[in-house]
Amino acid sequence: MSTVFIAFQANEESRPIVEAVLADNPHAVLHESPAMVKIDAEGKLVIKRESIEERLGRDFDLQELQINLITISGHLDEDDDEFTLAWKN
Amino acid sequence: MDMQATKKKVGLKEKYAHMTRGLGWETTYQPMNKVFPYAEFEGIKIHDWDKWEDPFRLTMDAYWKYQAEKERKLYAVLDAFAQNNGHLGVTDARYINALKLFLTGISPLEYVAHRGFAAAGRNFPGVGPRVACLMQSLDEVRHAQTQIHALSNYNKHYNGFHDFKHMIERVWYLSVPKSFFDDAFSAGPFEWMIAIGFSFEYVLTNLLFVPFMSGAAYNGDMGTVTVGFSAQSDEARHMTLGLECIKFMLEQDPDNLPIVQKWIDKWAWRGTRVLTLVGMMMDYMLPKRVMSWKEAWEIYFEQNGGALFNDLARYGIKVPECLSQTAIDKEHISHQAWATFYQYGGASDFHTWMPTDEEMDWLSAKYPNTFDKYYRARFTHWRDEAEKGKRFYNGTLPMLCQVCQIPMLFTEPSDPTQICYRESEYQGEKYHTCSDGCKHIFDDEPEKYIQAWLPVHQIYQGNCFNEGVDPTAPGFDPLAEVLKWYHVEHGRDNLDFEGSEDQKNFAAWRGLATKNV
Repeated sequence: MSTVFIAFQANEESRPIVEAVLADNPHAVLHESPAMVKIDAEGKLVIKRESIEERLGRDFDLQELQINLITISGHLDEDDDEFTLAWKN
Repeated sequence: MDMQATKKKVGLKEKYAHMTRGLGWETTYQPMNKVFPYAEFEGIKIHDWDKWEDPFRLTMDAYWKYQAEKERKLYAVLDAFAQNNGHLGVTDARYINALKLFLTGISPLEYVAHRGFAAAGRNFPGVGPRVACLMQSLDEVRHAQTQIHALSNYNKHYNGFHDFKHMIERVWYLSVPKSFFDDAFSAGPFEWMIAIGFSFEYVLTNLLFVPFMSGAAYNGDMGTVTVGFSAQSDEARHMTLGLECIKFMLEQDPDNLPIVQKWIDKWAWRGTRVLTLVGMMMDYMLPKRVMSWKEAWEIYFEQNGGALFNDLARYGIKVPECLSQTAIDKEHISHQAWATFYQYGGASDFHTWMPTDEEMDWLSAKYPNTFDKYYRARFTHWRDEAEKGKRFYNGTLPMLCQVCQIPMLFTEPSDPTQICYRESEYQGEKYHTCSDGCKHIFDDEPEKYIQAWLPVHQIYQGNCFNEGVDPTAPGFDPLAEVLKWYHVEHGRDNLDFEGSEDQKNFAAWRGLATKNV
């Protein structure tokens, strides 16, 4: 199984997003670098709008992820509720 | 400030359909194949452009909103950096030379990428890729502008930042990144997408931005970090576009596979060669290192690229053929490149130096198989000579590779003590390349690469002096005249870091910032 990843700028806007991702993906591993947080996950990683909204206390549009996004790896599928990265093998 | 998420009238998928496909039309005054003549000439067969979908499903209205937010955040940081004399907070003034290489070698490419994606968007008949290419084209011009703005703060205080636009057309080592993009831009739109969209953006961009920008963070340069990461936030979209393009081509027609594979092999190798400059920055130009080039290569190329190529195997795609050579090269290229820049430090627009003992220990720990065995003795010798007042500058000009335009500095894969070169003949003339990879590319399209503008050849042909200069005059100094033509000020922009104006000014200003005088 291959690893997918996503990285964000390390800041206050990303913090609740990262918390939500780690809670929803127990197999994910967090790596903290200067100014950057990177989350690796075997096979698949799902980011859920509802989980972010719970932590943020407001409505959230998944396209807002773009603002603090640094990089991704894996095939992406995005709709109104979920942002999914996965390898198909 | 929180962003306002607006209640949606239509879902993302529906909105994407309306705002892309819904905006396209079939031409009637002219047939479609005359309006889009480049869509067919590379041999790629497309049967249904509507099968292309951007998985981000980003539409122009949302694009402007998020890009505006990125810009606001970025410029707040840049203002704060300038207002607080952020340049004095970097680890050590040697670091600033990495920024000079970035501004002169990378930022102009962002501008070419802007033009290239505008052209690709114009040339694809499908609406989905046209919209994605338009966004990427706008991203790329934003990157060029924000990098220039960020580094203009350094131009107020340090040498070497003054004329990147002039230099990219002329300076010997800048022809390496320039010719890479020229090669891609002078190909058709599909090859451009594999070259830049896939190989550069998907396979290699992480190596440029992620470790280098983390390196800027390690070295206290918050302005550059923010520019880098702001640009990189667009790259996730670019990578996705590149990957979608590959999948789309492969799914549309089985005849596309050999063409796509050939381009992947070519551009993986071309990109790897260009990134030698980044390897050198990471291992030698960052006073505080974040990771070695070899480590970055293993994470972002071997592991991440490996996952990608495993995935593409279902279409019949094989890993790029250069992989066995890059596995050997990752232990050597950064040292070989820095050795070359050190020797030619008289002809570059930034300062060079030899690593300290502590830095050499770091290099031998990171490169246990090669650094002590092949490089340490030479570097120690050069440093000792410099301390005796005999700083070594190479006064000759190196032979350049006809394809990647890098001087012949790389060694044989089987023997790291032997310089590698290959020879091809075309129409009775001999051409030299640095490797099997570059020779293979040359032999496949010699009519293209014989037109290369090779800086060293051009100097010897007398094309790199200002008007009115007479190379036959007594006492003619070719290097001095070439530097004038480059707009590199001798003794100020070039030579060793030790004794440079940058070094003296940084020390004096940092002193002023921490003491009362």
